[in-house]
Amino acid sequence: MELLSEDQQLVADSAAGFLRDSQPITAFRALRKAGDDANSAITANLAELGWMGVVLPEAIGGVGLGYRAAGLIAEELGRNLTVSPFVSSAIIAGTALASIGGGGAAFWAGQIASGQAIVALALEERAKHRPDCIATSIQATSEGLRLSGRKGFVVDGGLADCLLVVAKRDDAPCLLMVDPKAAGVTVTSQVMLDHRNAATVLLENVAVAETDLLTHGPEAKRVLAKTLAAGRAVVAAEQLGVAKAAADQTFEYLRTRKQFGVLIGQFQALQHRAADLHCELAQTSSLIAAALNALDEDSPEVETLSRAAKAKMAQVGRQANEEAVQMHGGIGMTDEMDLGLFMKRDRALTEYLGDAGHHTEWLLRQRGI
Amino acid sequence: MDLETFRSDARAWLEANCPAEMRTPMGEDDICWGGRNFVFRSPAQKQWLHVMAEKGWTVPSWPKAYGGGGLSGDEQKILGQEMQRISARPPLQSFGIWMLGPALLHFGTEDQKRHYLPQIARGEIRWCQGYSEPGAGSDLAGLQTKGVDTGDHFEVTGQKIWTSYADQADWIFCLVRTEPDEKKHTGISFLLFDMESEGVSTKPIKLISGASPFCETFFEAVKVPKDQIVGERGQGWTIAKYLLTHEREMIGASDSALFAKSDLAQDAVTALGLDETGRLDDALLRAELGQFLVDELCFDAHLDMTGAYMRAGHELGARSAELKYLGTELNKRRQSLRVAAGGSDNLVWEGTANDTGQVAKDWLRSKANTIEGGTSEVMLSILSKAVLKMPG
Repeated sequence: MELLSEDQQLVADSAAGFLRDSQPITAFRALRKAGDDANSAITANLAELGWMGVVLPEAIGGVGLGYRAAGLIAEELGRNLTVSPFVSSAIIAGTALASIGGGGAAFWAGQIASGQAIVALALEERAKHRPDCIATSIQATSEGLRLSGRKGFVVDGGLADCLLVVAKRDDAPCLLMVDPKAAGVTVTSQVMLDHRNAATVLLENVAVAETDLLTHGPEAKRVLAKTLAAGRAVVAAEQLGVAKAAADQTFEYLRTRKQFGVLIGQFQALQHRAADLHCELAQTSSLIAAALNALDEDSPEVETLSRAAKAKMAQVGRQANEEAVQMHGGIGMTDEMDLGLFMKRDRALTEYLGDAGHHTEWLLRQRGI
Repeated sequence: MDLETFRSDARAWLEANCPAEMRTPMGEDDICWGGRNFVFRSPAQKQWLHVMAEKGWTVPSWPKAYGGGGLSGDEQKILGQEMQRISARPPLQSFGIWMLGPALLHFGTEDQKRHYLPQIARGEIRWCQGYSEPGAGSDLAGLQTKGVDTGDHFEVTGQKIWTSYADQADWIFCLVRTEPDEKKHTGISFLLFDMESEGVSTKPIKLISGASPFCETFFEAVKVPKDQIVGERGQGWTIAKYLLTHEREMIGASDSALFAKSDLAQDAVTALGLDETGRLDDALLRAELGQFLVDELCFDAHLDMTGAYMRAGHELGARSAELKYLGTELNKRRQSLRVAAGGSDNLVWEGTANDTGQVAKDWLRSKANTIEGGTSEVMLSILSKAVLKMPG
């Protein structure tokens, strides 16, 4: 129901078409069977379509279509369960690098846009999203700057050509580029429940050059805030796609499955739950669109809207996926159906960049309670 | 006119014409309903209605020929923003504006439009809506009030219930079964008549909030001239459904229009205080407030998006049920949290302050939100069939 510009509608249509044809859920199943969590070929494809540079300015190799367009792509990636570094690299790392600007950052942003490199953000140090709890730090030693710390849930960290690490220097936050192959860096890849890559990264006295340090202090805070807001809104959009896929499949099941001699969609107990889910998805879709628009307009509402969108999507994503399995009954529990795949992806996306509890807490604090 | 010129003109005009007393927060008693018997609370209220009606801005979207402002969707939005900017009160609220007007614009004859619409726009005639009956609530089309064709009149006999402000209204738009041999949905007509007609009587119903916004309305052989039918005979249900769509959009949107959005968080802090970590001293209330804040942001965004969608010329159709369901369920939560946040202070029913008991009364009033204009369950059934295409 949301209004789209002509450009945005083109992006939405081409994303739906391209992913349905080349990356349907059967493709995801094939990757899972082969034990492949990289889907390496796709990065070049997405770059060719301009998607890896969708939020990056043309001056550094992007196409500058903006976050609303990025959200439309993410929604289709969610719907098709496509494995790609779109969110981790093109949106999150891309936003950070474009926001920092300047030589080094612009170089890596260009690499992302052209599909030459995957950059992953190494932020988290706890099991829950706590961007303010950073112990990883840079120390000045007699041999120069040294970085030490331990990062977890580095999404696509095992596939990355470069890590964008959040650390402290002189007790102020900073962002720096780290080569995963550098001495002292240990990247341990893990396959998560949704068959996506997320690494833990151990940093032990890693040598850091001043040129690796991209931003520091209040400027780093600003960059990180923008990056996380963009990440939240686009992750929520992907999660919306997952939830819509689960819901659509369920609504179709209600229209076709017979029990007690009737279509189960005739039962009011199920009709009302389905309609409630439809309403929740509709309003959540509006909230996510509002958050994405706010990013494009650089509005002061970005922080509030992106957090509300992420929190609301966590709640509605869970509702959609739990209803999907319950309304399908026993068959919903089988691996043969896609519902379990949606449910696992939804769970992972809920944790990614903070769950409902985290962001609701922020909103409450902001209101002074 | 380009929109920025419109904005600056509207701003200057409002600045010059909106009395200072009409720029303060209003309670339910401050609403201007218009009508023959309306008693203005102040000269400023009367003046504000007068100048806005002259300008056509009591009904900014209606064509100028019928007393409206002839504004485009974007201009209406700007006017709304400019009024909000100076906290200008709505000059006039009425069922004529919200419901009958849109129905006449869509289904009325040219004569009917020229006769009835300007009266609504100027606040001269106050309308009420005769829909529900004791035996026809959620099953509205089961209504039994009959209109017998006596040649030059319909003779209307029967009873309506939940007629909002029937005791204060001048005219009624009323669903009446005029074709008893037709099927349930095709035997109904949409009639207009004067509440002063012989045979009409009303009786207010006292609600749990203490207020009586609704009446029972009785018709005993009321004579209604035949040109006071809107649309064709038997077309009443089509018009009623069209109107219900408007009503649902309105009740859904009344989230902000009809109920003051008080600062729930501040109220709770005042009543309960903060604990040593700076959090509200009630974990469960705090958690519920948090979830409410998220849902409120979400619904507000949805209203915004839906509004833009409609201003771009799209119809909501059955999806108006979505707004009605979400908006009213949310408002019930808001009022529950509001009354809980104030603790025992909000239990006071009678006292000296003139807003005594208002929070509790609003809370009780809000329980009707998910019933009136179609229950939440009816909304979910509509969505399930019309949007999700569920069987049977």
